[in-house]
Amino acid sequence: MGGLGHFLEDEGVPTVQISLVREHTEIIKPPRALWVPFILGRPLGVPDDGDFQKRVLRSALALFDRAAGPVLEDYPEEAPDVAVEDEGWVCPISFNREEDVSLAERLRREVQQYRTWYDLHVEKRGRTSVGVSGLDLETLAAFLADHAEGGDPPSPNPDVGAARMLRLSVDDLRTFLFEAAGAQPGTATPKQLNEWFWTATSAGEAIIKLWRRVKDSSDKDFKRLSMLIVPREWVPKDG
Amino acid sequence: MVRLADLPEEGRPHIANAPCPTYEGNPFVAGPPLAERRVAIISTAGLQCRGYRPYAFDADDYRIIPGDTPPSDIVMSHISSNYDRSGFQQDYNIAFPLYRLREMAADGEIGSVADYHYSFMGSTHPDQLEGTARHLAGLLKGDQVDAVVLLPV
Repeated sequence: MGGLGHFLEDEGVPTVQISLVREHTEIIKPPRALWVPFILGRPLGVPDDGDFQKRVLRSALALFDRAAGPVLEDYPEEAPDVAVEDEGWVCPISFNREEDVSLAERLRREVQQYRTWYDLHVEKRGRTSVGVSGLDLETLAAFLADHAEGGDPPSPNPDVGAARMLRLSVDDLRTFLFEAAGAQPGTATPKQLNEWFWTATSAGEAIIKLWRRVKDSSDKDFKRLSMLIVPREWVPKDG
Repeated sequence: MVRLADLPEEGRPHIANAPCPTYEGNPFVAGPPLAERRVAIISTAGLQCRGYRPYAFDADDYRIIPGDTPPSDIVMSHISSNYDRSGFQQDYNIAFPLYRLREMAADGEIGSVADYHYSFMGSTHPDQLEGTARHLAGLLKGDQVDAVVLLPV
């Protein structure tokens, strides 16, 4: 990120950046940077709080008034603690981890089961972040389960290789279930959502199974895939 | 959060060892008062409009996000799974504050909002983006942009 600021400014375009990892910005020294005390993924701090977001944005834009740089300032206001768990959010019960039903079938049922909550999310928010793969959920779930179970089906989109398509399918499936679970009563923290997803859903099980399959792959794209689909804190310790 | 010491233990070494290039010189361009500036967003969240060609692994190209893109068409396909996405799923403005900029333009806090915004895939090494970034500078100037907000995830 800091590199972009340097290159653009060098070409005559003024920049300011939000910094999430202060130690990096101290080294890279972009022209103007505002370090914010928020978790990775939330550069403006708080969703659904336009006033909070604007306060952060204003502080960043105010650095354009400085006469010289590089400038690195700290934003003083913390976001409400996202680690505080809301007891009103009940981890959705998953009855999908029955061993006698195939992973593909359990995944299909899971998508079906959560569709109504996902639809509620879309209705409430007027948008969805699902859709990067360009595949419908049933197709991408079947594609992912097949690879997780040892199959080798080709990418449903001939322009996008199988490894890249699996990465996009993981994104869409995870986003679908996060959005669905987030639409249920109560407010889930990112930690609660992750715990539920990686320990109780068939989607999480399928992705970890895929990870086990590709982590020692001799194919460089599949090997790369293994490093991109499970967050580090959820990689199995026996892996 | 986020100082390195605050990150989950599993992710700390990876973040700590991420490439941090240093550069000769400290370019710093002056400009008009904020209320007269035209602002564009450049995100490194791997954002794209729905239906656009997905980013390749280690992509060094960018995606255009026209300023009139409906929120329902802005999606995120960053290759990393090690950061929170639930905030973006709730409210895209948390990482791509297009609506906030429009409000600030309407209130006269900034001059205007650019017609085009851009996203890169943030996991790509910064030096691989140099050529594209320098090219993009010309496009931004063509859109009369004199303030870029760079937003990572």
